[in-house]
Amino acid sequence: MEELRKKARELLTSGAVKVIIGYGPGSGKRVRAVFVRKPEQADLLICDDRCLQNLAVYLTKPEVKALGKAAVVARLPTLRAILQLAAENQLTDGQVVALGISPEGKMTELSQFKAIEEFLAGFSFELSAEEKATLEKLDQMTPEQRWQFWQEQFAKCVRCYGCRASCPLCYCEKCLAECNQPQWIPAASHQIGNLDWHIIRAMHLANRCVNCGDCSRACPVGIPLHLLNQKLAEEVFKQFGARSGMKAAQEYALCNWKLEDRENFIK
Amino acid sequence: MSEFEPKIVAFVCNWCTYAGADLTGTSRIKYASNVRMIRLPCTGRIDFMLLLKAFEQGADGIIVSGCHPNDCHYTAGNFHARRRWMMFRSLLDFLGIDTRRIHFAWVSAAEGAKWAEFVNSVTDQVRKLGPNEQYQKLSQAGVE
Repeated sequence: MEELRKKARELLTSGAVKVIIGYGPGSGKRVRAVFVRKPEQADLLICDDRCLQNLAVYLTKPEVKALGKAAVVARLPTLRAILQLAAENQLTDGQVVALGISPEGKMTELSQFKAIEEFLAGFSFELSAEEKATLEKLDQMTPEQRWQFWQEQFAKCVRCYGCRASCPLCYCEKCLAECNQPQWIPAASHQIGNLDWHIIRAMHLANRCVNCGDCSRACPVGIPLHLLNQKLAEEVFKQFGARSGMKAAQEYALCNWKLEDRENFIK
Repeated sequence: MSEFEPKIVAFVCNWCTYAGADLTGTSRIKYASNVRMIRLPCTGRIDFMLLLKAFEQGADGIIVSGCHPNDCHYTAGNFHARRRWMMFRSLLDFLGIDTRRIHFAWVSAAEGAKWAEFVNSVTDQVRKLGPNEQYQKLSQAGVE
């Protein structure tokens, strides 16, 4: 933590960056995102087990961009989100400094995409055994049981769009959910609109989601939304061999194709 | 009540399957009249939201059909569509939506007979499944 504060102070004093996006004290025992713009505020920064939010979500916001060049405290999923945003031409090289935090809590300054790629190469992108087991459990249910499970989950949805707001890859200025001519997704928090919304979000995040889990953490009613994204991420990897957030220049699997793509359901 | 007749919505591409279905007609081949065809420029144009809307509007079964691989009028629309359907279908399955109600095919402009056969087989399968209760219950949810 001291290392991080020292680095933040340095970066701000030298003028290398204008703002540090990190974690600071929130209400109660919680942490929240802070935007440190003066060297003397660097002591606000916290870095511990509570700091899970994917701060890359702020990098595409016009208000944050207007502050100037940013450094962002970044755990592995945040680093992947930065690369994925770069792959989607939302960030340019040198626009952001990542203060990479390894799982052990060690900080590394990564100012180029190449450095982030090299840093990430040392870590596995696979789902953890626990995550795999959860997906497996759902896969082994009958379709009726799965339908029951998801209907119970989606029935809780109040359509606050917290999942969208917390997601670093949901940066569209105009979302399909707000489109009302035609209205693709009924706006009321009714079963049909809820199902539509979660299907469309999962589809739009296929091969883009970096598995930070912020959608589920943001959800006020506790829908395990990350499972949908994990499922599609696994499918994309299995079928097309693609993983998101690996490189700053990589192709999007669903805007691409191979003659050899194989399925067994088209007659 | 008489036997259940399913409503099938077919999303087809302009260049192959629509022309193929036209050939079915001009060849005087009879096939199930349960199908309502919607012509789109290309399978690549068929957004998955269209399929969801069809279910919401009361479709019991859905057909998606277009040009065979390598035959796309726009070179690669069907290849893109194939990847999309691979993902979409596994997502529907993961959500427990009955994938036996969604059928995909490649039907060329010369395959009038294949179109008739395909529509008939889908209609038979969906007739056996009965009305699309999953979605019917959803649209009634919260309505007393």
